[in-house]
Amino acid sequence: MDIHEYQAKELLAGFGVGIPRGGVAYSPEQAVYRAAEIGGARWAVKAQIHSGARGKAGGIKLCTSEDEVRQAAKSLLGRRLVTHQTGPEGRVVHRLYVEAAVPIQRELYLGLVLDRKSQRVMVVASGQGGMEIEEIARAHPETILREVVEPAVGMTPFQAREIAFGLGLEPALVSRMVTTLTGCYRAFRDLDATMVEINPLVVTRDGQLLALDAKMTFDDNALFRRPNVSELRDYAEEDPRESQAAEYGINYVALDGEIGCIVNGAGLAMATMDLIKHAGGEPANFLDVGGGASPEKVTNAFRLVLSDPKVRVILVNIFAGINRCDWVAQGVVQAVRELGVSLPLVVRLAGTNVEAGRAILQESGLPLVTADTLEEAAERAVAALKGARAGAAGGASA
Amino acid sequence: MSILIDERTPVIIQGFTGDKGTFHAREMIAYGTNVVGGVTPGKGGSRHLDRPVFNTVKEAVAATGAEASIVFVPAGFCADGIMEAAAAGIRLVCAITDGIPAQDMMMVKRYLLRFPRERRTTLIGPNCAGLISPGKAMLGIMPGHIYQQGRVGVVTRSGTLGYEAASQMKALGIGISTSVGIGGDPINGSSFVDILRLFEEDPDTDAVMMIGEIGGPQEAEAALFAKEHMTKPVIGYVAGLTAPRGRRMGHAGAIISAFGESAAEKVEIMRSAGLAVAPSPSLLGRTVAEALAKVGPKVRVPA
Repeated sequence: MDIHEYQAKELLAGFGVGIPRGGVAYSPEQAVYRAAEIGGARWAVKAQIHSGARGKAGGIKLCTSEDEVRQAAKSLLGRRLVTHQTGPEGRVVHRLYVEAAVPIQRELYLGLVLDRKSQRVMVVASGQGGMEIEEIARAHPETILREVVEPAVGMTPFQAREIAFGLGLEPALVSRMVTTLTGCYRAFRDLDATMVEINPLVVTRDGQLLALDAKMTFDDNALFRRPNVSELRDYAEEDPRESQAAEYGINYVALDGEIGCIVNGAGLAMATMDLIKHAGGEPANFLDVGGGASPEKVTNAFRLVLSDPKVRVILVNIFAGINRCDWVAQGVVQAVRELGVSLPLVVRLAGTNVEAGRAILQESGLPLVTADTLEEAAERAVAALKGARAGAAGGASA
Repeated sequence: MSILIDERTPVIIQGFTGDKGTFHAREMIAYGTNVVGGVTPGKGGSRHLDRPVFNTVKEAVAATGAEASIVFVPAGFCADGIMEAAAAGIRLVCAITDGIPAQDMMMVKRYLLRFPRERRTTLIGPNCAGLISPGKAMLGIMPGHIYQQGRVGVVTRSGTLGYEAASQMKALGIGISTSVGIGGDPINGSSFVDILRLFEEDPDTDAVMMIGEIGGPQEAEAALFAKEHMTKPVIGYVAGLTAPRGRRMGHAGAIISAFGESAAEKVEIMRSAGLAVAPSPSLLGRTVAEALAKVGPKVRVPA
C-alpha cells in the first residue's frame, strides 16, 4: 500500500526525521490559510498523488505571495497529472500540501528497501539527490552507498556514521544524519514498510537536514497489525476494479488487451497471459482466484472481468489442486446464468475431479468452448476473439 | 531415492485440527505419507484422524520422533509456528500459508541461522503448494495423482504451474523424483539454488526442471549455479513475459523492480548459462523430453 507525501512526512517526523513546516489543503482558501500559518515568504504548493516525478509534470509550484499560493492551488486542484509513474490516464489531484520553501545547499538521496538478495533491509544513499535512483545508478553509480541491516540488531549508529561520512557531510551534521537514518529504519521496522524513500534529503543553508520529499510503501500482509497505517489508505488513488478485487479476495491487475482471464494460481495466471500473447492475442487482465474457488468466488471473478469494457472474450483456466473441477464448473455455470454472460467463453479444466467438471459444463447446454490443454485454451480464445471481431465488423457493414 | 522426504519420513501437521489441516492431512495420509500426529495448542491429549494431538511441537517430537512438519497456521502466527518447529529440532518444515508479513520472514530466516549447520532446519515456502516424492510421500496440498514416479526433479515458485509441468511430463511418460514448491514470497526459506544442490547430489535424479517467474534474483543465481556446479541438465521456464514492470502479479514476490528481474531478462540469463528454456508453458514436458533425449538412453523417452 502506498501513502501520500504529507502522510509519509508526518510518520517519519514521529521517528525524529526533520521536515519543513507544512499543512494539507483541500481548497485554495485553505492553502492560503496554511501559508499564513507556516509564515515566511516562500512556499511550495504540492499536488498530493501517489506518484513521484510530480515536479516535472507541473504538480509542484513555488510561490512568493499569498495570491500566488491561491492561484497555484486553484490550478492544481481537480487537475489530472500525468507522470511516467501514473501511466497515460494520470491521477486527479484532490489534496495539496503547502510547505515552507527552504534554502537548499545540497541534495542527497536516501532509501530503505527490502533487498531480495540478502533478504534483509538495505539502506541506499547517494550524494546526488533530486533525481530518481535509477537515474543515479546510471549516471553516478560510484556515489551510491549501501548498508545491509542485521535484523536482530537493527540499524546501528556506526553504520549510520559510515553513510554520513561517506556522503561527505560536515561533522556538525553527522549526528543529525545518524538520527535521520536510525529514525527511518525504526519507521520501516515498526510500521512494516517495504520501502522508505527521502529524495531529496536536503542540507539547508542554515545547517538543517530536512526531508523535502518522502515516500513510503507498506507490506499489505502486515496491515492487519498496523491500524494507524491502514487508515491512511486513499481509495481515490487506486484502480476501482483492483480495490473491488481485494474485497473479493481475488488478485487482479488490469492490462490493455481484450481477452479476460480467470485462472487459479499466480504463476499459471502469468503463464496463461504469456500463451495468449504467443497465440497472437493480448490479455485484458491478470486474475488469480486463489485456492478454494467457491462458485461465489468464480462469479465474482466474472463480475470483475466483465466490468472491463475492453473484454471481448473470456478464458477460464483452472488446474485444480485444492480446488475441485466440479466445483469450479458449477461456479462457471452459475456465473454465466446469473450475470447473463454473452461474450464467447473458453474453459479449460484440469486436475482434481476433472471428468465431473467437464460433465457439468456439457450438461449445462451453455454455448461455451472447452479445451483440454493450456495451448488449446489460448488458441481457442484467440480464435474466438477473431470471430468476435469479424462478427462486429460484419454487423457494422450490414 | 528422492530428496527431502520419502515414505518413511515421520511427519506432523501444525494446525492439525483446523479445516485446512484436517482436509490436507487426510489427503496426505491417503497418499501414503507417514503422518504420526499433529499440533494444535490447547487440544493436546486428544486424538484426530486416529492420530495424537499435541500442544507443542516439542512434545510432538518427543513422543513421535517427527522429522518433518507441514504448517497450516494462519499468516499472522505462522512465523512463530515455523520457529517453534525449528527449535524443537524438526529437520524439514514446509509452510503452505500465504500472506506472512515480510519482516516476520526476515526474523524467521535470522532465527534459523542460530542453529549449527548440522541441525539447521530446512524451510520450504511459505506461500507454496509443498513438496512431493511421487509414489512415496506428499508434504503439501497438490493433487497427488497427477505425478508419476521417476527421475526428473522439479523446483517451482508457482504451485499450479508445477501441476502443469507434472501433468505434461506424465502425458509423455516422464516421471518425477521429487517436486518442490519454493513459494511466491519475496523472502522464502529455500531458494532455487538450495534445491538444485540437493538434486545434483541425489543419485536418482537425472535432470531438473526449474519453473520461475518475474521478480527477484533467485532464478538468475540458480542459472549461474547450474552452469558452474551442476553436471545434470537443467530445463528452465520463466512465467510473466507479458507482465508490466512495477506491478505486482498476485505473488508478493512477483514484481519487476530491478534490472534482471523481468521474464525476458531471466530467460536470457538462463540461456547464456547453457540451460534449455521452455519457450512456452505448454512445452514444459516436451522441453524436458528433448533434454533427456540429449543426455542419452538412461531414461526412455517415448516419441
